[in-house]
Amino acid sequence: MSSEPRPSSAAVQAGSGGEAGLLRRYLFSTDHKIIGLQYFFLALAAVTIGMILSLCMRFHLVWPGAHLPFLAGGIMTPEQYLALVTMHGTIMVFFVVTTAPQNGFGNYFLPLQIGATDMAFPRLNMLSFWLTLLAFLVVLSAFFVPGGAPISGWTAYPPLSGMGDITGPGEGIGQSLWLMGILIFCVASLLGSINFISTTIDLRAPGMTLTRLPLTVWAWFVTAILSLLAFAVLFAAGILLALDRLAGTSFFLPAGLVVSGQLETGGGGSPLLWQHLFWFFGHPEVYIAILPGMGVVSHILANFSRKPVFGYRTMAFALCAIGFLGFLLWGHHMFVSGMNPYSSLAFSVLTLTIGVPSAVKTFNWLGTLWGGKLQFQTPMLFALGFISFFVTGGLSGVFLAQPALDSTLHATYYVVAHFHIVMGVAAIFGIFAATYYWFPKMFGRKMNRALGELHFWLTFLGVYSIFLPMHFVGIAGGIRRYADSTGANYLGALQPLHGFMTVAAFLTAAAQLIFFYNLGRSMSKGEPASANPWNATSLEWAIASPPPPDNFAGCFPTVYRAPYEYSLPACPQDFLPQHLPPEHGAPSKQEQGHAS
Amino acid sequence: MRHRACGSAEPAFVLAILLILVVSSTIFIFSARLYPAPRPISRDAVLVDRQYNLTLYATGGAFLLAQLGLAYAALRFRDRGQNARFVRGNVALEILWSSLTLFVFVGLGTLGRRAWADVRFTPPTPGAIHVEGTTYQFAFAFRYPGADGKFGRLDPSFINPPAGNPLGLDPNDPAGADDIVVSELTLPVDRPIELVLRSEDVVHNFFVRELRLQQDAVPGMTIPVHFTADQVGTFEIVCTQLCGLGHHKMHSLLHVVSQSEFDAFLQRAIAQ
Amino acid sequence: MPARALAESPGGNSGTGGYSGNDGRGGPESGAPERVYITGMLIALGGIVMFFSAFVSAWVVRRGLPNMDWQPIALPHILWLNTLVLAASSLTLAYSRRCLTRGDEAGRRYWWGITTILGVVFLAGQLLAWRQMFAAGLFLATSPGSSFFYVFTAAHALHVLGGILALVTLAMRPPHRLTQATATRVVALYWHFLGALWLLLFAMLLLGE
Repeated sequence: MSSEPRPSSAAVQAGSGGEAGLLRRYLFSTDHKIIGLQYFFLALAAVTIGMILSLCMRFHLVWPGAHLPFLAGGIMTPEQYLALVTMHGTIMVFFVVTTAPQNGFGNYFLPLQIGATDMAFPRLNMLSFWLTLLAFLVVLSAFFVPGGAPISGWTAYPPLSGMGDITGPGEGIGQSLWLMGILIFCVASLLGSINFISTTIDLRAPGMTLTRLPLTVWAWFVTAILSLLAFAVLFAAGILLALDRLAGTSFFLPAGLVVSGQLETGGGGSPLLWQHLFWFFGHPEVYIAILPGMGVVSHILANFSRKPVFGYRTMAFALCAIGFLGFLLWGHHMFVSGMNPYSSLAFSVLTLTIGVPSAVKTFNWLGTLWGGKLQFQTPMLFALGFISFFVTGGLSGVFLAQPALDSTLHATYYVVAHFHIVMGVAAIFGIFAATYYWFPKMFGRKMNRALGELHFWLTFLGVYSIFLPMHFVGIAGGIRRYADSTGANYLGALQPLHGFMTVAAFLTAAAQLIFFYNLGRSMSKGEPASANPWNATSLEWAIASPPPPDNFAGCFPTVYRAPYEYSLPACPQDFLPQHLPPEHGAPSKQEQGHAS
Repeated sequence: MRHRACGSAEPAFVLAILLILVVSSTIFIFSARLYPAPRPISRDAVLVDRQYNLTLYATGGAFLLAQLGLAYAALRFRDRGQNARFVRGNVALEILWSSLTLFVFVGLGTLGRRAWADVRFTPPTPGAIHVEGTTYQFAFAFRYPGADGKFGRLDPSFINPPAGNPLGLDPNDPAGADDIVVSELTLPVDRPIELVLRSEDVVHNFFVRELRLQQDAVPGMTIPVHFTADQVGTFEIVCTQLCGLGHHKMHSLLHVVSQSEFDAFLQRAIAQ
Repeated sequence: MPARALAESPGGNSGTGGYSGNDGRGGPESGAPERVYITGMLIALGGIVMFFSAFVSAWVVRRGLPNMDWQPIALPHILWLNTLVLAASSLTLAYSRRCLTRGDEAGRRYWWGITTILGVVFLAGQLLAWRQMFAAGLFLATSPGSSFFYVFTAAHALHVLGGILALVTLAMRPPHRLTQATATRVVALYWHFLGALWLLLFAMLLLGE
């Protein structure tokens, strides 16, 4: 099986089945690699916008009276602040951490890692991307309509979100557009999940048994199942909310509401019903955001420790356990919602239980490092950073999992710190790790190592500087989604912390410019990369960088061994690719070391 | 693959230093109590704080071990030309640390049950003072039943804040004639309270930090919370559930006063 | 480079995998094996189950709310007829598949056509049911019961419409890359599922009212 480097003059290959036309090749391609890149760049655009929104928020929290040039009228109003909160959350959750790790890297590398030429349903795949892009544009359009973007948060609780703009600015057309965008996103996700699951089940190369799948594939597979089940529920909930807003139904709206002096007719619905439906989706959603990153971390750790993943089967099982348990915990977002307090205890126990597979994964990552030969290339640094943040964020969750403690911490900045560290940092570090790791494969060039390391140090320090203090704001009673601190008197004392976080946020955001520069420059001027610059074992490294259009240049692989055969005792090389047949001097199964 | 040192410091050292920095700053800020929660003013709040401290020690210990373990592993096993140890796993070790984690986490949860149950499961003590808290965009209104001890009927069609009827007291219900409606909550110290929360429009929340207690106020529902404040003072009430553009301005005050002062307050209010 | 040599060998394979199950219509270079379309449809059905489960659980919760304002609605009688029609369409689709396995192309097309027509009749019947509801003064927002009725029937009907489009598109020839057998099986899975789903929804609505 040849793996010579191809001339890297063309950064991106032609789509399968298409002729030379630019549109067909780069825009309307059914090639999973192009689609993966399209999702990746969509996520990059989304994270840039999302980050700018958050910087506006952080700026406003410290200088609420400042005149901002881009705002009509100059000073940011509370509803504009809340619109930023809503859109920042929506864009980041849906179009960054749900998109890049799964649809971006998963689309590109799942077929490669299992030895397939493409996803099972390439045209459906293309449709999924375009629907996702459409959803993004529809959601963004909420900024530009009368009333502006919605102010109900990414969680859109009715009645605030369910009655049109009598509850507040942005709740009219803005909320409707937001809802429509989310519904389109749901469909796109469902179609994508069908592709991922079917591909993993049916398109594996000969020899690629379930126990030989890289953990990235396991992660994408479990995530796709979560996606299928969770987004279907969000889709249903969103339809009901749309009907409440536009058709006069009352699924979520109680009777006898008086809003802005107006007595509303109809009713009998339950705001808690929305919360249950939303969080039934919302909790698996956060696992959708993190699981691919966990897979990537395992994959990278093995590669750069030159050791197999410690407890491969446990790791695969833990992914499944987290996925399954993740459906049983949604009530921990609702401890103080008015839900039956007995259910709270049940949800609490289950939430604490999911800490077990999560902790097991952390221990196994440490076990992978232990006794290794650690190489601190940039992907490895971000993978290690992921572990640090996952530990911090996971442990802060142990407080929130207990209803008695949540009674104090709910809706404070403590919660914001917790979910930012796990989603806004760990998941993002997973994306960074994946980008640095797979960049040579995708573009046939290497990213600059010095810049990568600098990016890591600054970002690592920067995000801890932003989010560690945030816990203390919450513990002291700083409430989230507050446009400023002019309400309750005790809030003023927390301003120094807000100031520190804002400065840290701006500096950390600036540090990301290093990444963008590195990414852009390396795509065209980076040092050419070989097929397997990391001396890795999985199938994507057995082909040229970048890969040929049909992935394997007609020479389809057969898989002979587990995915992380690094530093095998009987082997002269310190890695054994999955596709190398035993007779090529590589040890057979009997000659290998311990059983798994 | 030989590791190439970057500049003057190997990445392993820089990573270890950063991790130690993170751990130390966290420990420092917690120990120095630079931004502590305000002192608890009820027995249940004290229970909550105890559970919080227990959780802090357990998770803090895990945090220390994990972050420093990561730093140690990075340093000890950085590539200095050694061979990696080929190990697939260790089932016994995995069983051990899984069980330990399960025991600690579920143990924490079990221990914390009491603090939750005391507030949420127990019915009001006989002789508890009944108050009703109503939320609406963007204020709180508290209602006492007055001399007859009965709350008057409420009907949203009567809601008229400018006319002094923010709650919609039904004028045809005599039980409501003596109801006291105020914008700040005054309560006697050391008396059990049942506070029933309601909302007129969207979901709001009632939160007093010192009580370590918050509860959403949901339109269409009446949700009781019970507590006994054991210290006098004035404490802030805030809304924590996003309720619209005035969310950050929605706040009130809880005045915990002596029994005699409370009686005086009620007398004054009835007279008005 | 030899195109299919490696892929066709069963070598070292202790699980499913590879392109060997696609009846020769295409090797790895022409796309996925046929069975993946069945897998895809089954997965899609899983998603659809969750979608309707969300509506059903909302319905259960709404009925049980303490405000006790749930009023049962009288279900239009035509729903019984529509149910029979949909059940019959599953039968005729099964006949069509039987003709296919026997190589009876004319029979296959005949029963396929009947199935399509029955599907359309079902949809028309559902629209008539809606008109009967309108006549009784029960619109979408009239009561919680009526709201859910329209949500359930509309969601199901839209899925049936998709099924009818598939039936029409696949009446004559299978799509590119698929055999008639596989395409038929995929459509049948979907169609029978929708029939079973309707039986469940109808039974639920009946028990509830």
